[in-house]
Amino acid sequence: MGDTSERIIYELKNVSKVYKNEGREFPALKNVDLKIREGEIFGIIGMSGAGKSTLVRTLNRLEEISEGEVSFYGEDIGRLKPKELRKLRQSIAMIFQGFNLLMQKTVLDNVMIPLKIAGVSRNERKEKALEMLRIVGLEDKKDSYPARLSGGQKQRVAIARALAADPKVLLCDEATSALDPKITEEILLLLKEINETRGLTVIIITHEMSVVEKICDRVAIIDEGVLAEVGPVQEIFTAPKSDAARHLVFPGGATDFSVNPFEPSGPSSRIIRIAFDGLSANEPFISNLVEDTGRKVNILSANTKSVGGIGYGQMIVELPADREDQELVLEYFKDKGLSITEVTGRADGRSDTGRYDTDGENESRSGKITDVINKEVVA
Amino acid sequence: MDPYIKQTIIKGIFETLQMTFFASVFSYAVGLPLGVILYTTAKGHLFENRTVNAITGTIVNIGRSLPFLILLVLLIPFTRFIVGSSIGTTASIVPLTIGAIPIVARMVESSLNEVSPGIIEAANSMGASPLFIIIHFIIPEAVPSLTFGTAINIATVLGYSAMAGVIGGGGLGAIALQYGYYRYEKSVLWVTVAILVIMVMLIQEAGSLLSKRLRKV
Repeated sequence: MGDTSERIIYELKNVSKVYKNEGREFPALKNVDLKIREGEIFGIIGMSGAGKSTLVRTLNRLEEISEGEVSFYGEDIGRLKPKELRKLRQSIAMIFQGFNLLMQKTVLDNVMIPLKIAGVSRNERKEKALEMLRIVGLEDKKDSYPARLSGGQKQRVAIARALAADPKVLLCDEATSALDPKITEEILLLLKEINETRGLTVIIITHEMSVVEKICDRVAIIDEGVLAEVGPVQEIFTAPKSDAARHLVFPGGATDFSVNPFEPSGPSSRIIRIAFDGLSANEPFISNLVEDTGRKVNILSANTKSVGGIGYGQMIVELPADREDQELVLEYFKDKGLSITEVTGRADGRSDTGRYDTDGENESRSGKITDVINKEVVA
Repeated sequence: MDPYIKQTIIKGIFETLQMTFFASVFSYAVGLPLGVILYTTAKGHLFENRTVNAITGTIVNIGRSLPFLILLVLLIPFTRFIVGSSIGTTASIVPLTIGAIPIVARMVESSLNEVSPGIIEAANSMGASPLFIIIHFIIPEAVPSLTFGTAINIATVLGYSAMAGVIGGGGLGAIALQYGYYRYEKSVLWVTVAILVIMVMLIQEAGSLLSKRLRKV
């Protein structure tokens, strides 16, 4: 995991990339500063066209940068001569959305090719390639041609091929985007396993939040060529600071709680937001509430996510109209250790909020309550 | 049919095959590298080079735009210089080769263009040298398409070889011309035409079949 190692594998300083086409300039990356640690699984996420594919290609210089510096273990890769760059690329493996396997060669020959580039003898190549195929569980397919394999199997072959020459880092460019969710999960588990057993740094480019949630240690959010946010995955998921991050974490904005979209159904009704972390996500507390107290709440909105196997989320519920019942329900939730914030919708679109701490202290706040709630969740 | 004519036709078949075979081999010896140059020097490719691409492309286009019959006549001095004579089966191989080279080059270029850019990107990401990429990635991936193109090219050369009969080349073309056209022996004309059609069909079918077998999908 990233936290245990502090060696920096990649450092990007002020990296910019501008595409020129017919006299017009299209900036793809703007002043990106980034450090990636050895041994971590680092995610780079963004909408399509955000510049993430360009970014990953600057890491092996498939893309030349217009400005700045990309260094790999302290070495500025922009200064390498073609031959030195080719040598370096042998230690930076890459897998792709489209797999990019040689269709006219067998699985085994495909896996052997990086070793051939590295000048390894034929016998050694074969031995090593078979070992790699064992790791990805496709030894029995060694004589098949890629066209005969499923998408998931093709990506496994690509992973075996990528690992063959003992790279220091594996770049994954939308490697699971062409696969269905179940196969995606399998591939991600395989990448995680390789990361753990071989200590291989893995850098994952994706537009799918679920990919980052499942295996990444840290994530960078890129938006229109700008690095919007970098940090541990759980932090970004529970407390997204940038708009781009919020947009990715809460697609559609339904749970963007800077503004409460709901109107109370009556003058005496109250709307609260319950933020819960891993401890309470597995507990059916709404059902329990009904069973234990006989009081009901109306769920207006709910969103939960699994981050690194831990459930995070929030729920907006409307309390019963009776004042006494409201207090009872609030008391019940507080006893359960849930973090509760009162949000009352207003016609002018602003929201007044009263926040209830678990110790019962009441504190008023107006305007954005995002940070308050998120801090609670993180804590 | 007259046994003499029969024998002549059989001899003609062999001559046609001989011309077609050698002209095809020689035209590929030059056309294949030329096609690789056209492909690799094109915009966005491994050895992108506008000048080389433009010059090669122009030469190839000029070669292709000349009607083969004109080329045959134009090349008579050159043929004489190379083989010492401008008539006969061997002499015909020279203009056939020259005429087929630009077609082969374009066909090869087109086949190589079919190779997925992703495969080349993968090769680059592995640190393969440009030459390694051409030899071990691009050409092997293009083999089924190249095979299909070869069948078309051989059939074209075979058709051209019949034309060589006009300026004293050998083979079935010359027989069709001499017996069928100058001596009004329509039966000979039709037989040679039928044989040529069958030969083209066999070559094309064999090429398609081979290409299909080579394509590992």
